[in-house]
Amino acid sequence: MSAVSASPSLAMPDQPLAENRKRFSARGDSVHWGVLYGVSGLFALICAVFIISIVASSIPAWRHSGLSIIYGRVWSQGSDSFGALPIITGTLATTAIALFFAIPIGVGCALAIVHVIPGRLRIFLSSLVELLAAVPSVVYGLWGLLVIAPWFEKTLEPDLAKITGGKFPFQAPPEGVSLLLAGCVLFVMVLPMIVALSRDAIAIVPHDQFEGALSVGATKWQVLRKVVLPGARTGIVGAVTLATARALGETVAVAMVIGLNPLFPPSLFSTASTLASTIALQFQDATPLQVAALGALAVILMTLTAIVNWFGRRLVRGAAFRAGVV
Amino acid sequence: MSTSVIEGVPPDPILERRELVQRVARRTLERRMVVSRGMVGLCGVTLLLALVPLFAILYSLIQKGIHWWSLDFFTKVPQFPSLLDPNDIGGISNAIIGSLVIDGVAALFAIPIGVVAGLFLAESDTKFASALRTTAEIMTGLPSILLGIFAYQMIVIGFNEWGIKLPGIGFSGIAGSFAIGVLMIPVIMKASETALRAVPTTIREAGLALGARRGVVARKVVIPTALPGLVTAVLLAFSRAVGETAPILWVIGASTMVQWNPKKEMASMPLAIFQSATSPYVALREAAWGIALFLVFVVLVLNLGSRLLAARLQRERR
Repeated sequence: MSAVSASPSLAMPDQPLAENRKRFSARGDSVHWGVLYGVSGLFALICAVFIISIVASSIPAWRHSGLSIIYGRVWSQGSDSFGALPIITGTLATTAIALFFAIPIGVGCALAIVHVIPGRLRIFLSSLVELLAAVPSVVYGLWGLLVIAPWFEKTLEPDLAKITGGKFPFQAPPEGVSLLLAGCVLFVMVLPMIVALSRDAIAIVPHDQFEGALSVGATKWQVLRKVVLPGARTGIVGAVTLATARALGETVAVAMVIGLNPLFPPSLFSTASTLASTIALQFQDATPLQVAALGALAVILMTLTAIVNWFGRRLVRGAAFRAGVV
Repeated sequence: MSTSVIEGVPPDPILERRELVQRVARRTLERRMVVSRGMVGLCGVTLLLALVPLFAILYSLIQKGIHWWSLDFFTKVPQFPSLLDPNDIGGISNAIIGSLVIDGVAALFAIPIGVVAGLFLAESDTKFASALRTTAEIMTGLPSILLGIFAYQMIVIGFNEWGIKLPGIGFSGIAGSFAIGVLMIPVIMKASETALRAVPTTIREAGLALGARRGVVARKVVIPTALPGLVTAVLLAFSRAVGETAPILWVIGASTMVQWNPKKEMASMPLAIFQSATSPYVALREAAWGIALFLVFVVLVLNLGSRLLAARLQRERR
C-alpha cells in the first residue's frame, strides 16, 4: 500500500485523477482511438460515396423510363428503350444453371474431403480446389471462349439436342457462346467457394455425433445424410447463398461467353445477357442517357447482390473468414 | 415372436422393439452397405470431377501459352499483326508495367487503410464497429464492375451533382488504382481483423497491465504478434486484385505505350487478355494465352508465396 501512496500521481487514492484514468483505462488513449476512428470513418465515407455515386448516376434513367426499367421487356440502346426484364432473366438463369451443378458437386466434394479422403491427401486435394479460386476470372472467360465454346457448339449442344429431341429448353441451333456455357463457366468459378465453406461447416459437426450414429448401426452414408448434413445445414446454405451472390455479379468471364443478346433466351443454347456483362460491354460507347440506364442496371445488381450477400454472411458468421476464397 | 421366457408374463415392449429394430437392421444391412459404398464413392467422384476444370485450364494455359514466352514478348509493346507477318503481335511490356503501377498505387493506400480499419474492428465493440464489419462484408461480395462505375464517376469524369463540382482527371492509371484499392480495402480489413483477433488476450492485457497505452500495445505487441496473418491477408488481397478485370475495364484507357505515370492512360494484364481474346485477329486471340499464363503464374506465386511466408514467419516466432 505504501508503494502506491508514494507514487506522486496517486497521492490521494480516494480522489482518482481523471487524467490518469482516461489515459490508462481500456477506453483511453485518444490518439490511438482517433487514428482508428479516422481511418474507419474514411472507409465508411468511401462506401457512402460509392453508393451515392452509383445511385446518382442512374437518376436520369429512372426519370426517363420510370420503373419500367425493371419490368420492361425491350432493351435497345439504339432507341433508348430500357427494359431490363430479359437481362434480369438472363442473370437469374445463368446463376440457376451454375448452382444446379455446383450444389451437388460442391457439397459432395466437401463431404469427400472431410470424411472420405485419408489425411495427407485431404490437405493436398482441398488446396487444389482452392487453387481454382485464385485463377482470375478473365482466364476463365478466355478458357470458356476459346476452348469450351467450340466444343459446346460442335459436340455437346448438338448431342444434347438429339438426346432430348430438341424440346424446350434444348432447341437448336447450338451457338457455342450461350446461356448454358455462361452457366457452366460460372459453375466452375463458384465451386471452390461452395467447397471451402461447406467443408468448414461439415468439419465442425461434432465427431461424437458421427461416431454415435455409427455405433448404433448406421452406415457411413446414413450418418452423412442424417447427422452430418443436417448439422452443417446452416453453413452449407450460407455457402450456397454467398456463391449465388458471386454468380449474380460475375462480370468479365460471363461477358466473354454469353454473347450479349438482350432478349429472352428461348433455349439454353442461345445467346443471352446478364446485368453485369451488359454494364461491362455497353458502358464504353454509351451516351449520357445510356450511361444512366446502365447505372440503373448497376443499382438493381447492387441491391440484389447486397441482399443475398447479407443473408449469406449471417449464415456463415460462425465460420472463419477465408480471404482466399470469399 | 414373443421375447418373454416365462409363461404368463407379458412381453417387455422395449425388448420387443429392440429385437424388431435389430431384425430390420440385419435384413437391410446388405442393401444399406451397398447404397452407402455407392454414395460415398460418388462423393469421391465429385471431388475428381471438380478437379477436371482445374487441370483442363492449366493444361490449356501451358500448352497454348508457353510458346509465346520470349524476350520480345516481355519487352516489346503490342502491335496489330500485319499481312506480312500475321504472328508478330509485339509484346506486353506496357501491360506488365501498367499492372505493376496500378496495383502498386492501389496497395499503397489500401493496405494502411485496410489494416488500421481491421485493427479497429478487432479492438472496438461499439455499434459503429459492428455496422462497419457488416458493410465490409457486403462490400467484399459486391460485383467488382460496380467499382468500375464508381471510379468512372469519381475519377474519370469527376463528381458533378447537387452543385458539388469535382474535376475529373480522365482515363488514367489512378482511376484504375482507385477502383482496385477500394476493392482491396474490405478484403484486407476482414482478413486482418481475423488475424488480429487471434492474438491472445493475455498478451494484450499484459501490455496494458504494464501501463502501456492502447496505441503502444497495438503497435508493439498486437501487430507484431499477428504479422504472419497480416502478411497473408495483404498478399491474398493483392493477388486477387492483380487478376481483377471488371473494375478497370473502361477507366484506365488501355494505352499501347509503355507508361509509368499513373496520371496518364495505362495498360494492364487482365485488360490485355480481355482485349486480345475478343479481338478479330487470330494471332492476338492465341497470344491471350501467353498473357494469361503469365498472369496466372504471378497470381499463383503471390498466393502460394503468402502462405509459405506466413508459415515461415510463424516458425521463426517459436
